[in-house]
Amino acid sequence: MTTPLLQIKDLKAEIAGKEILHGVNLSVPKGEVHAIMGPNGSGKSTLSYVLAGKTDYDVTGGEVLLDGTDILGMPADERAAAGLFLAFQYPMEIPGVTTMTFLRAAMNAQRKKRGEPELSSPEILRRVRSEAEKLGIDPEMLRRPVNVGFSGGEKKRAETLQMSLLDPRFCVLDETDSGLDIDALKVVADGVNRLRSPERSMIVITHYQRLLDYIVPDVVHVFSKGRIVRTGGKELALELEANGYAEYVVEEAA
Amino acid sequence: MAAVQETVEQVRRIDVDQYKYGFETNIESEKAPKGLSEEIVRYISEKKNEPQWMLEWRLEAYRRWLNMREPDWARVDYPPIDYQDLYYYSAPKKKAALNSLEEVDPEILKTYEKLGIPLREQEILAGVERPEGATKIAVDAVFDSVSVATTFKEELAKAGVIFMPISEALREHPDLVKKYLGSVVPTTDNYFATLNSAVFSDGSFVYVPEGVRCPMELSTYFRINEKNTGQFERTLIIADKGAYVSYLEGCTAPMRDENQLHAAVVELVALDDAEIKYSTVQNWYPGDKDGKGGIYNFVTKRADCRGANSKVSWTQVETGSAITWKYPSCVLRGDNSRGEFYSIAISNGRQQVDSGTKMIHLGKNTTSRIISKGIAAGRSENTYRGLVSSHRKATGARNFTNCDSLLVGDECGAHTVPYIESRNASTQFEHEATTSKISEEMLFYCMQRGLSSEEAVALVVNGFVSDVLQQLPMEFAVEAQKLISISLEGSVG
Repeated sequence: MTTPLLQIKDLKAEIAGKEILHGVNLSVPKGEVHAIMGPNGSGKSTLSYVLAGKTDYDVTGGEVLLDGTDILGMPADERAAAGLFLAFQYPMEIPGVTTMTFLRAAMNAQRKKRGEPELSSPEILRRVRSEAEKLGIDPEMLRRPVNVGFSGGEKKRAETLQMSLLDPRFCVLDETDSGLDIDALKVVADGVNRLRSPERSMIVITHYQRLLDYIVPDVVHVFSKGRIVRTGGKELALELEANGYAEYVVEEAA
Repeated sequence: MAAVQETVEQVRRIDVDQYKYGFETNIESEKAPKGLSEEIVRYISEKKNEPQWMLEWRLEAYRRWLNMREPDWARVDYPPIDYQDLYYYSAPKKKAALNSLEEVDPEILKTYEKLGIPLREQEILAGVERPEGATKIAVDAVFDSVSVATTFKEELAKAGVIFMPISEALREHPDLVKKYLGSVVPTTDNYFATLNSAVFSDGSFVYVPEGVRCPMELSTYFRINEKNTGQFERTLIIADKGAYVSYLEGCTAPMRDENQLHAAVVELVALDDAEIKYSTVQNWYPGDKDGKGGIYNFVTKRADCRGANSKVSWTQVETGSAITWKYPSCVLRGDNSRGEFYSIAISNGRQQVDSGTKMIHLGKNTTSRIISKGIAAGRSENTYRGLVSSHRKATGARNFTNCDSLLVGDECGAHTVPYIESRNASTQFEHEATTSKISEEMLFYCMQRGLSSEEAVALVVNGFVSDVLQQLPMEFAVEAQKLISISLEGSVG
C-alpha cells in the first residue's frame, strides 16, 4: 500500500493548558474524501486549526505527515505552500484589500515559497476570471474587499474560489455548510466536487448529513471528545442522522 | 507562539537597522556660531543677501519669540530643548550661488542618489529607471540650511511657473515674496513658527500664474545632515486665479544619538478657482529602539483658501521623527472653497506622534473632508488632534471626518482628540472614529493562504490605509507603500 497523503498519529493538542485533542489517529489516502462528523464542542474545528498551524494551540504529542513530511514544525504559511488548504467556517474580513489583490498576493506568495516563478498580473486575472465564472461569482465581487459585506453564500463561494486557484493537495473544509441555504450549498458543493481528483484528498468537517448528500465521502469518522471514536462507510452518516450523537457522548462519559 | 505575540516580540527588537536613510555625508560645512541671538539672525540674513525689510521682519519675529513660551498641550513628552545649544545655520562649503549641477559637491549628489532622488535632468529626461509615460517631476533639493539644486527650471519658466529656493526668490521676486510671506502663518503665530520666521534659511518658493496648470509635479527633498543643527525651512506656494499645482515633499536624516530640531513653516495661498495638492512623505530619523536620537518635528503648515471656489488638499504619510507635532490646516475663507486632509501616521518603537488638522470654515458653503489613519506599533503613542470650526457667517459649511486607529501589539497607544466648534445653525459636521487591533485571526487567515506574517501585516495595513493611498500621486503612492512595509518591518516575525 502506498503512503497515505495525510497521516495523523496520536495527535494531542491543548489551548491555554486545556487538552482538546486527546490522541487523534487518521489516515487519508490519495484521492479520498473523508467526512468527520461529531457534536458541537467535540474538537472538530480545533483539529482543522491544528492541522493548518494556528498558533493559539500547543501540540503536546503526535505527528502530522503530509505526503510523508512532518508539518507540525512549519508555520502556517509554509504548510499552505506545501499544499494544505483550510476552508474556514468563518472567513475573515480584510477591509480595504480587494479580493483580486488578496488572490494575487496569496498565489504568488505560495509560488515564491515553492521556488516557482511568480505569475504575471494578466495571467492571474485570466485564471481568476475563469474560475470565478465556474462558481457563478460576479466579477464585481473581485473588486470588493475580501469578505467585507459578503453574504454567507458569497463567503463560502469565495473560499471555494481561493481553494481552486491555490490548487492544494490537501483540503480541510470546516463546516462549509454553515450559513448556507440549499441553493448556495449546491453551488459550493459542485465547486468542491470539481476539485476531487485522484491526486487530491479532503477532510470535510460537518455535523449534518445534509452536506454529505452533495459531497459524497469515501469514509465517515465520528469525532467525540477530542478523538475519533468510530469509522465507517458513507452509510454511517445516515445512521448518525437518524440516531444522533448521544451514544458516543454517553460512551465517553461512562 | 501566537502571531501577534511574535509581532510584539519583534517590535521590541526593532532596531536602527530598519532606517535605511541613516548614513551621513562627509562634507565641509560653513556654520554660524552655536546659539541664538540677534547677531545670529543678522548673520543668516546677511549670508542670504537679503533686503533690509526681510531683516527687520526676522528681528521682529526674534524679539517676539523671546517672550513666548513653548506649547505643552500636545500629548508628547521630551526633555527641555536647549535653544542655545544648536547651530542655526549650516551650509555645504563652497559657492553661494550655483549655476549648474556640475558645481554641486559630488558628495551631495551622491547623497541624493543614495536616497533615490534624481537631480540630473538629463538622466530624468533619458528616462533612466522610469516607467514609460511617467510624469516628470521637478526637484528642489535642500541640504541642511540651503537649497543645492533645482531641476527643470527652464521648462517651468516657459509655462511662467516660478520654482526656486526662497532665498533666491527674495532677491529675484521680492514683491511676490513680500506680499505673501507670513500672510498665512504670521510671525506671531506660535512658538515654533515664530522661531522659524527669525532663523529660516531656505525652502522652496512656488508661484503659478493665473490660469496656468503647472506642467509637472514639483518636489522638494529635505535632508538634515549636520550634527546639532536645526533645520528651519520655509515653503511658500501661491496658486493664482484658476491655477493648479501638485507639490511633493520628502524628508530624511542621518541616524544620530542626539535629537535634532526641525521647525518648518509651510504657507499655501489659493486664489479664486485655484487648486493646490500638497503631498508629504515624512521619514525623518525616528530614533533607536530605546528612544535615543531622532528628529523633533515641530511643523506649522497652513493653507489659505483665499479665493472663491479654491481648493487645497493635504496628503501626508508620516513614518519618521521621534516627536511629531504637526497640523496641516485649511482656512476656508473664499465662498465654496474646499479643504481636504488625508493622513497616514505610523509610529513604531518609542515614537510619539501628535498630528491632525484644522479646518476653519469662514466662507459660505465651504466644505472639508478629513480622513486620518493612525497605526501605532511598538511602544509608540499616536494621537490625532483635530479642529473643525465654522464662523457664524459660514452658512452651509460642511465637514466629514473619519479617524481610524489601528493598534499592533499591546504596548502602544492610540488617542483621538477632536474639537468641533459650530457658530451657525446651518452647519453640518459629521465625525466617525474607530479604533481596532490587528487580530490574530486575520493574520492567521492570510498566512493560511501562503503569506508570511510580515506580508500579512503589510497587506492588512495597506488595506487599512487604502483610502488615503489613493489620494497620493502615482509615483508617491508606490514609494509610500514601500515605506509602510519598511516602517513595519520587524513588527512581525
